[in-house]
Amino acid sequence: MATLKLDVENPRELLEYVQRESGQPVEKCYQCGKCTAGCTVAFAFDLMPHQIMHMIRLGLREEILRAQSIWLCTTCVICTARCPQNIDVAAVMETLRILARRQKALPTGKARPVALFNRLFLDSIRKHGRLFELATMVLFNLKSGHLFREAETGWFMWRKGKLKLTPTRPRGTEEIERIFARLQEVEGEEDRR
Amino acid sequence: MRLAYYPGCSLETSAREYNHSVQLVGRLMGVEFHEIPDWSCCGASAGHTTSRLLALALAARNLALAEEMGLDVVAPCAACYQRLALARHELAANPSLWERVNGITGRPFNGTIRVKSIVEMLLSAGTEKIKSLVVRPLRGLKVAAYYGCLLVRPRAIQIDDAENPQVMEKILRAAGAEVVDWTHKTECCGASLAVSNEEVAIPIISRILKAALAAGANCIACACPLCHFNLDIRQAKAKRFLANYRPLPVLYLTQLLGLAMGQGERELGLEAHFVETRSILKMVG
Repeated sequence: MATLKLDVENPRELLEYVQRESGQPVEKCYQCGKCTAGCTVAFAFDLMPHQIMHMIRLGLREEILRAQSIWLCTTCVICTARCPQNIDVAAVMETLRILARRQKALPTGKARPVALFNRLFLDSIRKHGRLFELATMVLFNLKSGHLFREAETGWFMWRKGKLKLTPTRPRGTEEIERIFARLQEVEGEEDRR
Repeated sequence: MRLAYYPGCSLETSAREYNHSVQLVGRLMGVEFHEIPDWSCCGASAGHTTSRLLALALAARNLALAEEMGLDVVAPCAACYQRLALARHELAANPSLWERVNGITGRPFNGTIRVKSIVEMLLSAGTEKIKSLVVRPLRGLKVAAYYGCLLVRPRAIQIDDAENPQVMEKILRAAGAEVVDWTHKTECCGASLAVSNEEVAIPIISRILKAALAAGANCIACACPLCHFNLDIRQAKAKRFLANYRPLPVLYLTQLLGLAMGQGERELGLEAHFVETRSILKMVG
């Protein structure tokens, strides 16, 4: 067991940040474990949802932001639906994932391909306005180092006329570009603060 | 009923048969679809797990476009439905956030239109209307209605109960099918991990198939292109986790409804599936 690093100087900083950003009363969690019991992906998690809820209160920032769980969460929201304290646990997980990205905490293990896929997905939207499935999949394979991953699936889709070789570009892609650009500005300002 | 139509990215490609069957059944039920010109991606899970503002802005642009048409919007894809409906809810609940998002999109959304799921659209005319259109009742079919997560969670946008919804069953019964009571109808299919972490997604898929088989279903009905892709195409990989596997066709709710309403298998795109749907056709006769 690794040594846990408690934030002695600002023990409540992480808790306050998460509560503010997610709008969720993390402090009300009484550790019943229903979120973990119902979680779709718990079997593949390194930290369970109820553990994360408690670790936020302990201020274990580094341990949480390093966790693969916050990236593997499918945001299916079962945890939220079953929480007896009405805490939106899924929103808390999402807040943590966004925090990890903005703090440039490098995702490891199973979290890495998740972050890569999300980035390529959004790049595709930014460029084309809609998802260009084929290019996104090819890029993902190239960058994740598994060139022929899902090749059979691709072949099946091709035969069934389910694969487009060119992107469908709606008019107004400059509007989409503007959304992404403005967002970078806004978040850049917030991060500098 | 006139509705703005938001197909979403999947319905243009991997779920083309969903698109066709929705339009076909919708028209039979008297719905007039007007596709939103120049709609863009809803952002899907990549959007909202990256940035809340980005997710809201990508959805709000499409809401504003529908609003310019003066029509409520239907999004057949469960993921698109959830993103659009949730954005509308979150904006309406938070005026300062709303203003901020309108500033980012540069295309103000005023909240005058609603977002409908495909189930809501189908049920809005009532089950009697559906029954009146059925010419080939789905007798002999035992359907496991699968909702997944996006149609029933979170609470603000759920189309029915998060644990044991019944609205899809209502539609299927009206079409003459038998529905099975089963355990995994609102479990997540793991689609968001299917590309990045297949070894995590496959066991999740197999649990759902196992539950449907145990309940005696001879097909699954779904209303989400992501669920469909996972349960149909990835069934080949998921079956190695199942001791008593038999092929389980996965059909869109609108394909089953279309069959009941006398539409042909070709029009409904039944050939576009990975798991053979011929067994279903034989049963329906």
